[in-house]
Amino acid sequence: MTAADVDIAVLGAGPAGSTAALAAAQAGLRVALLDEQDAPGGQVWRAKSAAILSAPHTPESKAGAALRQAVADSSIMLHPATRVWQIARTGDGWQIDTLRDGATDSLTATRLIIASGAREVVQPLPGWTTPGVIGLAGATALFKQNLTVPGARTVVAGTGPLVFYVASEIRRLGGTVAAVVTPNTRRDWAGSLPAMLGKPALVARGALWVADLMLSGVPVLWGHQVTAVEGDTRVSRITAQSVTGASTHNFAADSLCLGNGLMPQVEAAQMLGVPLHHDAALGGWVPACSDDGVTPVAGLYLCGDGTGIRGADAAVHHGRLCGLRAAADAGCTSGHAMDIARRNWRRAARFGLAMTALSRPTPALAQLASDDTIICRCESLTRRDILAEIGSGATSTNAVKSGLRAGMGPCGGKYCQTSVARLIAAETGVTEGAVPPPTPRPPLRPVPVAAAAGQFDYDDLPIPKPAPL
Amino acid sequence: MIRLVPNHADRIRRTAEVTFHFDGTTLPGCEGETLIAALMRAGVLHLRNAPHDGAPRGGFCAMGLCQECMVRVDGQVVEACRVTVTPGLQVARL
Ligand SMILES: Cc1cc2nc3c(=O)[nH]c(=O)nc-3n(C[C@H](O)[C@@H](O)[C@H](O)COP(=O)(O)OP(=O)(O)OC[C@H]3O[C@@H](n4cnc5c(N)ncnc54)[C@H](O)[C@@H]3O)c2cc1C
Ligand code: FES
Repeated sequence: MTAADVDIAVLGAGPAGSTAALAAAQAGLRVALLDEQDAPGGQVWRAKSAAILSAPHTPESKAGAALRQAVADSSIMLHPATRVWQIARTGDGWQIDTLRDGATDSLTATRLIIASGAREVVQPLPGWTTPGVIGLAGATALFKQNLTVPGARTVVAGTGPLVFYVASEIRRLGGTVAAVVTPNTRRDWAGSLPAMLGKPALVARGALWVADLMLSGVPVLWGHQVTAVEGDTRVSRITAQSVTGASTHNFAADSLCLGNGLMPQVEAAQMLGVPLHHDAALGGWVPACSDDGVTPVAGLYLCGDGTGIRGADAAVHHGRLCGLRAAADAGCTSGHAMDIARRNWRRAARFGLAMTALSRPTPALAQLASDDTIICRCESLTRRDILAEIGSGATSTNAVKSGLRAGMGPCGGKYCQTSVARLIAAETGVTEGAVPPPTPRPPLRPVPVAAAAGQFDYDDLPIPKPAPL
Repeated sequence: MIRLVPNHADRIRRTAEVTFHFDGTTLPGCEGETLIAALMRAGVLHLRNAPHDGAPRGGFCAMGLCQECMVRVDGQVVEACRVTVTPGLQVARL
């Protein structure tokens, strides 16, 4: 066997992957760090676009700049703007297939750390496919990268702390928040206070966001949810109702940021044979791994929010722990550093898990979709279509997929499979964890037809093959 | 009005404004910014029509996953949330 290109390849340059790469590189190993973004930072510390010459700093921009500097100062071989679309065994190691600027390439590594992070969960509701409705977490990407707000008047809706962060960023960037709508009650928040006290600075920051909204007269509707979005080619009106249905509010707005927490991106680990289990407290399906990120698959390690949603602070410590573990397995000793990282990780995870608990979609949210509401955006399949397929015996997401193509569109099922699973669970009277997760298929990331210039044909997109039932 | 969160809009410095084209209209943008952001600031959210029901759609995830922001740029189908603005860029709705 020819020697691998690097000792360790790290997929994902967020806080977890970058810190893991730094730990392994500092231990003396040859490390490659791959990410589809143009610079390290991940979701939480996403870098600004080249169009921003200067802007006031935020805690996120400062942390991101420090991370990017640390990576630049290290021996890490950074592969930015590189999409990993396939990973396979080669000998004892790994071959990682990539796409960059429309050109394919590959890299071999003895060990692989996957730090693929999370993506957001959005509970479908009538009108949620109207242009102007964007993900709540997705909105933060717009803010960080382009310092741009989604419209002139935005309703911010969803669960967990992100609603308040997004509302405050819209205000900071000069936009107008029409209302904040959150199913969480003040009591839900009071319940997580004990876990939050470990991070007083973050609590103070959150309290300031809420106080600012109150002082400036932005309606904050606790215990409410958005029930409908109106508009044709763009959002025009948003309806919100109290969770109990007692009161209804309408807001004129041209945009809506909507989100219900995050789920780990487990496809790469799952494809390589790591077993999954369902744990709602961690955000859904999570891959089997030890605290150090060791998986049952030889030479494969996992860290960060891709192993369970514990937040950015925890991702840093988890990355260090995992990077040190992989380096130790490669023969580099690390002394007490692993114990320290593990302790810090556990402490940070406590706060992160409390935020995850607040972010989980409430059962009432699942009732919002009507029969005509689109569940699978790629194939424009409605709740009625999915229910009919379940009614005729499809009791797994894979079965719904092969019957209807729900989840076989260009997004690869990333935004519908959780909703489909919830519908199956509700219809067949089982828990969500009893509905098997969809079988992942390459490409791991959409491989747009950019390379194939010319006539756009929907069928030309590299749509995954139907999964075996 | 009391503001605890300051308005930073005036303190953001961007690259010089350039123009690009969206379905025949000329729009402003900043060189190097993500296309979806320039379109949003110009008030263009409707980026394509869904393949089966023809309903208007626009960018949703802003992170290159949902494929709702697909547009044709200089003849190629790309994600508006992953392409940068350059002077004279030709963008068309799908
Ligand atoms: C859109 C979004 C916005 C968020 N914003 C915030 C926020 O503002 N504040 C906060 O506290 N938390 C935020 N989070 C939560 C986030 O999960 C953080 O906790 C933190 O970023 C997790 O760090 P990580 O390193 O585990 O993963 P991430 O930061 O998500 O990093 C994973 C990296 O892997 C890359 N990647 C994944 N798959 C591939 C592939 N196949 N090919 C190439 N690259 C790949 C991604 O581009 C990404 O940079 C956000 C999450 C999402 C999904
Ligand atoms: S907005 Fe989802 S891929 Fe661009």
